[in-house]
Amino acid sequence: MGLLSDPNRRRALIGMLTRLNAPICMICYMAGVAWFMGLAFEPFTLRTYMSENAMGSTMVEERFPAGERALATGREFAAHKKKTGGMPVDWLVRTMQARGLEVYTQRFSRKLPFPDEDKERYMVKGTNVYGILRAPRAPRTEALVLSAPCSPGNENNQAVGILLGLAQYFRSQIYWAKDIIFLVNEHDLIGMQAWLEGYHHTNTTGMDWSPLQGRGGSIQAALSLELSSDVVTSLDLVLEGLNGQLPNLDLANLFYAFCQKIGVLCTTQGKLPRNDWDTTSGYSHAVQTMMLMVLKQASSRPWGDHGLFLRYHIEAASIKGVNSFRPYKTDATTVGRLLEGMYRKLNNLLERLHQSYFFYLMPSLTRFVSIGYYMPAFGLLALILLLRALDLWVQLSSPPTRTTEDGVEVVPASPGVLSILTPLVISHLTGVALYTLPVLSQELAVEHFPVSETEAVVLTAIAIYTAGLALPHNTHRLLAGEGTEQGWKVLKLVAVLYLAVLLGCTALINFSLGFILALTLVPLAAFITPHVPKTLSAVVMVILSPGLTLLFAVFFFQELQETPVTLQEGWMLYLSVISQGILDHALYGSLLYPLAALLVYPCWLLFWNILFWK
Amino acid sequence: MAAPLALLLIVAVTIRAALFRTSLANLISERVEVVSPLNAWKRVVEGLALLDLDISPYSGDVFHETPMVIYLFHFLMDYAEITFMGAGVKFSSLHLVSQFRKQKFALEADRIPMDCLELIRSPTEMYYIPLKVAMFYLLNPFTIVSCVAKCTCGLNNAVIALFILSTMRGSALLSAIFLALATYQSIYPLTLCVPALLYLLQRLYIPVNVRRSSFWFYTLQYLFMFLGSLLVLICLSFFLLGSWDFLPAVYGFILSVPDLTPNIGLFWYFFAEMFDHFRLFFLCVFQINVFFYTLPLSIKLKEHPVFLIFMQIALIAIFKSYPTVGDLSLYMAFLPVWNHLYRFLRNIFLVSCVLLACSALFPVLWHLWIYAGSANSNFYYAITLLFSVAQILLVSDYFYAFLRREHHLTNGLYLKKKDGSEATLVLK
Repeated sequence: MGLLSDPNRRRALIGMLTRLNAPICMICYMAGVAWFMGLAFEPFTLRTYMSENAMGSTMVEERFPAGERALATGREFAAHKKKTGGMPVDWLVRTMQARGLEVYTQRFSRKLPFPDEDKERYMVKGTNVYGILRAPRAPRTEALVLSAPCSPGNENNQAVGILLGLAQYFRSQIYWAKDIIFLVNEHDLIGMQAWLEGYHHTNTTGMDWSPLQGRGGSIQAALSLELSSDVVTSLDLVLEGLNGQLPNLDLANLFYAFCQKIGVLCTTQGKLPRNDWDTTSGYSHAVQTMMLMVLKQASSRPWGDHGLFLRYHIEAASIKGVNSFRPYKTDATTVGRLLEGMYRKLNNLLERLHQSYFFYLMPSLTRFVSIGYYMPAFGLLALILLLRALDLWVQLSSPPTRTTEDGVEVVPASPGVLSILTPLVISHLTGVALYTLPVLSQELAVEHFPVSETEAVVLTAIAIYTAGLALPHNTHRLLAGEGTEQGWKVLKLVAVLYLAVLLGCTALINFSLGFILALTLVPLAAFITPHVPKTLSAVVMVILSPGLTLLFAVFFFQELQETPVTLQEGWMLYLSVISQGILDHALYGSLLYPLAALLVYPCWLLFWNILFWK
Repeated sequence: MAAPLALLLIVAVTIRAALFRTSLANLISERVEVVSPLNAWKRVVEGLALLDLDISPYSGDVFHETPMVIYLFHFLMDYAEITFMGAGVKFSSLHLVSQFRKQKFALEADRIPMDCLELIRSPTEMYYIPLKVAMFYLLNPFTIVSCVAKCTCGLNNAVIALFILSTMRGSALLSAIFLALATYQSIYPLTLCVPALLYLLQRLYIPVNVRRSSFWFYTLQYLFMFLGSLLVLICLSFFLLGSWDFLPAVYGFILSVPDLTPNIGLFWYFFAEMFDHFRLFFLCVFQINVFFYTLPLSIKLKEHPVFLIFMQIALIAIFKSYPTVGDLSLYMAFLPVWNHLYRFLRNIFLVSCVLLACSALFPVLWHLWIYAGSANSNFYYAITLLFSVAQILLVSDYFYAFLRREHHLTNGLYLKKKDGSEATLVLK
């Protein structure tokens, strides 16, 4: 407690911190970035291991034989899908009933706030079909879900085929202690949302759906299967769910363990685990894998149909079949055996998956970084904000006394509340406008400009965003008189603390998002004063603004996925990403758009305000 | 003075009325930081329903308010919102008057030393203190959420404010009655008995001296009034309900802490983790915490009972078994009274940063623990601990600043060492 009570030591420490503030901040920033890059370096990461005893030591045998028959069912499904021009509900109900399941359907409809041009849908109507295999060995208090989407075109027919094949095979086994629900959902996530809301009797997004007629127990785990070819070269595991939530790491471990056992190539982010960590290419491979995961998590959107399960406390992942030009292929029987093994292990669970980590990053499928290792990277960046705040506080609490001509010392008056409150209120009102206006004013925009609804929404959002920069940021002068030196310091202190709390909370919920925002916003927050060169700083600020961060993230993501785009394509992609973000918020309750519009953008505007302080 | 106050009241009432109309009100009234099992509005409604059915409201372990409160709401049910607003507003207006007294007191206290004019507050500064107090209470986000959640701790705060007001006015009878009422509501204000007594004695120029009969006479008189009115209140409750059910349901519930719903206090996690055979011992240790500091503080601060009241209220808010943010806002409203201590505060920046961060982290970690399922109770308790540490640091900082100011008042502001260099005060 010496520091808290001994004034001399305190003074020494504070003196050092204020004197060396700039260098310490620089070091912290570089250390933070270096720490983050170090997370992908194999010696610093941990090897994944199964924590859950119920899934670790028990032996299961996979005997699923009927891959070919499953594929034939898949082709039949495709034919019926083509004939009905959508979900072949009657055929699915009949087929599932023939396999001995309790079959139910659920109808749902949803009108999107504006047309989704990526997936070409506006008024969505559909039906989910699901069959329940009742557990013969135990009371029906718990359930597992296997889902496959009914996609338009020729996609995912094999997935439905394998789902039906597994249903038939599982039905003849006696060891199930949990209900198994086989779900075929239409309109991917919208159908999944309707089904989950129906299953749990909630309605968070105002969607219309008919109530479920039959239920199993509480769902313990779910897998979503996506497969569009008869043979696959590798299976890809997708973990990122809504708002950056991840399933328990044991689910990934389970998948990896069975891939190893059966001998299937497995990837995450489409990247194979490699062993050459000590070479440059090996390290950059790990960095790429991790960065892909970080970007996907930061996008806060579900990257597979499993993404919405996580909100209901259900561990879920998507498994995607990939068919590339590699020579070695895996057939449908093997994929079926893999799923059988995973479900038998999940069937052995005595409690929900909770033993392993929920907060992690994966530089490869065999390696992970837990929260204790990656948080310091963010902590170092956040420390900069606290140091700057401390510096400002010290400056404010010992105001430099000026000597006027008469030789009288004048202590500058402390700034009025109005001069601080005005920018705060104006910035937040701009944020509210950015949040509400784009969707509200789409009709107006379509009437007056030659654009479609979707374009109208996105372009309005960009217009409001840009208009925010040109706002009369010195309005406080009308109310509270000339802005003082003390005034901007107080405003900056408020803004820096605001940013620190905001980023801290974001990083706890979604580390990747918090870290990416910190990476761009923290240096800006640290150096902005009214005395730096205006034009240059304004350019730097715009480059580091949240909107452009998103643009860079889009290009970077394409680069990492090895599908680089031209500027024109990148811009179109950027527009569609914005519209998807707004749709994700309206449809599934993703928090990125409100967070960016209502909190991050106003916070950035405060710094913009400080730059042009008069 | 009246105009800004009226404006403030209008703003405060508008904010509350607006929030009552939004969907936020429901969300806020479910937050564990804002309502505790002791004062949740939902439970009051439940108790009222039971009362209407002629069932004892205390059957079923849901309702833990005192009988007076339930009868109060029995008659005011339809005007509940207005009542809560009224409680808040009443509080402020009461404070306003009480502060005038406090000013005079402070002025008198400051008249003694002549060499440190800097330390003495100018009358113009003092003039605005009541307004600031009212502002700190009415516009404090903690008070607002507490009021919007219809948390009954607003009523308790109003009663304590009335008690302080009547004490400052020197009316021993009213002071004793309101103290009894506050104690009747939630036991802990019992500790405020000592500062009130000290203040009243000081007003009458009776020295605190055990050998003086006038001291004993006055003390016994005050205690008699206090205990008498407490007895009347309890008997009245008995006659209202016709049973003694409320004693275990209210006071037993407060003291033995059977409900371990997470809150911003220190009890829940500790007692959830503990083996049963240690429970009684640690229960005593934790509960003694609230009462224990009264004695040393009263000895140290016997000349300054008003500051002692502030310290006691803060300690109660930190160490009570079911604290809510409403309790916090009560002692935070007193901070402007001590703004002359500001220059001696050392950790105010650290403390305010921690309090700010914790207030934001409470809902975030609650979301991660309860809804996302990815964090667990340890995360939440860590923030609770940090929050309590920050509060304790705040209170002890004010205590230190107060003592230091006293020191400077007697010894001069700019202390010199024997060799002429500037001296520093070290707290050891």
